[in-house]
Amino acid sequence: MKREIWKGSEAIAEAAIRAGCRCFFGYPITPQNEIPEYMSLHMPQSGGVFVQAESELAAVNMVYGAAASGVRAMTSSSSPGVSLKQEGISYMAACQLPAVIVNVMRGGPGLGSIQPAQGDYFQATRGGGNGDYRTVTLAPANIQEAADLTQEAFDIADQYRNPVVVLADGLIGQMMEPIVWKERTPRKLPEKTWAACGRGDRDHSNFITSLLIDAPACEAHNLELAKKYAEMEKNECRWEEILLEDAEVVIVAYGTPSRVAQTAAENLRKKGVKAGVFRPVTVWPYPYARLREIACRESVKVFLDVEMSLGQMLDDVNLAVGERKPVRFYGRCGGAIPHVSEVERAAEEAWKEAK
Amino acid sequence: MTALERFPRRLTLVTGHYGTGKTEFSVNLALALAAEGARTALVDLDIVNPYFCSRERRELLEAAGVRVVAAPLSGADVPALPAEVHAVLEDRTVRGVLDVGGDPSGARVLARFRLRIIKEDYQLLYVVNACRPEVSTAERAAAYLRAIGDVTGLACTGLVNNSHLCGETAPREIREGAALAEEVSRMTGIPVICHAAEARFQDRLGDLDVFPMEIRMKKPWE
Repeated sequence: MKREIWKGSEAIAEAAIRAGCRCFFGYPITPQNEIPEYMSLHMPQSGGVFVQAESELAAVNMVYGAAASGVRAMTSSSSPGVSLKQEGISYMAACQLPAVIVNVMRGGPGLGSIQPAQGDYFQATRGGGNGDYRTVTLAPANIQEAADLTQEAFDIADQYRNPVVVLADGLIGQMMEPIVWKERTPRKLPEKTWAACGRGDRDHSNFITSLLIDAPACEAHNLELAKKYAEMEKNECRWEEILLEDAEVVIVAYGTPSRVAQTAAENLRKKGVKAGVFRPVTVWPYPYARLREIACRESVKVFLDVEMSLGQMLDDVNLAVGERKPVRFYGRCGGAIPHVSEVERAAEEAWKEAK
Repeated sequence: MTALERFPRRLTLVTGHYGTGKTEFSVNLALALAAEGARTALVDLDIVNPYFCSRERRELLEAAGVRVVAAPLSGADVPALPAEVHAVLEDRTVRGVLDVGGDPSGARVLARFRLRIIKEDYQLLYVVNACRPEVSTAERAAAYLRAIGDVTGLACTGLVNNSHLCGETAPREIREGAALAEEVSRMTGIPVICHAAEARFQDRLGDLDVFPMEIRMKKPWE
């Protein structure tokens, strides 16, 4: 397999096309403009539809419509733009429509900066829109993973009939890395018998709506959805463990900060500090159970949560670790990237304090 | 061969497709020229790329005596350039390296300076990278080259092979790029100026005319 250099945003766009995405609707925003740019050229060549919508709201609702017809559809944006898409995501979750939403996060809140950040963790993992709903949220840490997870996102969406979020930080969108396009084994997926794509010879019309005005019916619907979320929690949780077997200080980080953490852990080991990295690949569902197991190890003294935000994933680390071990935090925000030496220092201090 | 001999013109304009390594090459060239005693300025003309721009290496460049000319807000996607760009174009005692944004869309900024540039002693380089799928064939690489010429109104004078796989480059990629550059050269009649490669590969590329580089545009964890 030939290795090629891909920019993250382009790789995400190409991955979607390879996964059978045939409708892309978006609106430009840095640092993910290369996704719509790539789509504008390559989607029509692949027999699909590209529309630069008049706004993010329009784009996400075009995805809603396309998904309702049974087509694989995607939109992408960056933080402030993704805020605008929350209503559409909630509606798609309510209507059980599969779609992929890519968020290449930048500094916030508000318009913020265009440099990389992770401040949309709460929005992505707690549901930024209204109502009881969840979205599987995949957080790539390198371009290969961005390409692989984007393809799989479409399968996950179709399997559960639910929107899936690819949560990348700005560095993933903008940096270049060598990747290979792997042969994929697609999941076995159910037929889209629910799609509103013409009645054909069905004996009934498919009707897609999120309005359930009768409260008991609305509750019953919510409970049905909750069963799916429980299935996602059971099946879709994934993570990576780096240098963890004998680690005394465990750095928890997702996305590109996990790579800063890995370099910091390698440097610390040269100094005799046994450091390792726990990297959630899905931030919803969160790998609580595994992190809890690690917290129970006698060798583990302390956790350090590292983010490009001010302590959002920290809530989940605390939920997993509980009172078992101390949890410390180091974060940068607004578009600043944590430096290897800063993470090293914070991890070493936490380790000394806990020893 | 010294950098001043290899790149004899006063102004060097560096163009190419996104990700071919224009910025890495520009930063290395500016440092090499300064190390050889030339008064050197690096002009960051990239207004299409928000990250991994040569202006991010301001500290390193200035410490080496290279003047850095870039928009004041390095982290903003505002397509504005400082008037200081003209100083480099007009001051004939300065060697200028102009790091231009990717693709025809990024190279468009050169059109604004065209009337000044054509009065000066300049070379316009086109960087090729065989590992970038969009320009990995000679036809496609040449198509981008022509499109950049169309928007800038400036003719390309030399090709630079800068084939790389970021930190995973091996001599094999550089040789693939050499073949690609030769093919583009045959199609366009534009000479191959050099093969840019990390200095550590130089021994294994003895048959190629290598411009030795050190990786300066590292990622935050490298």
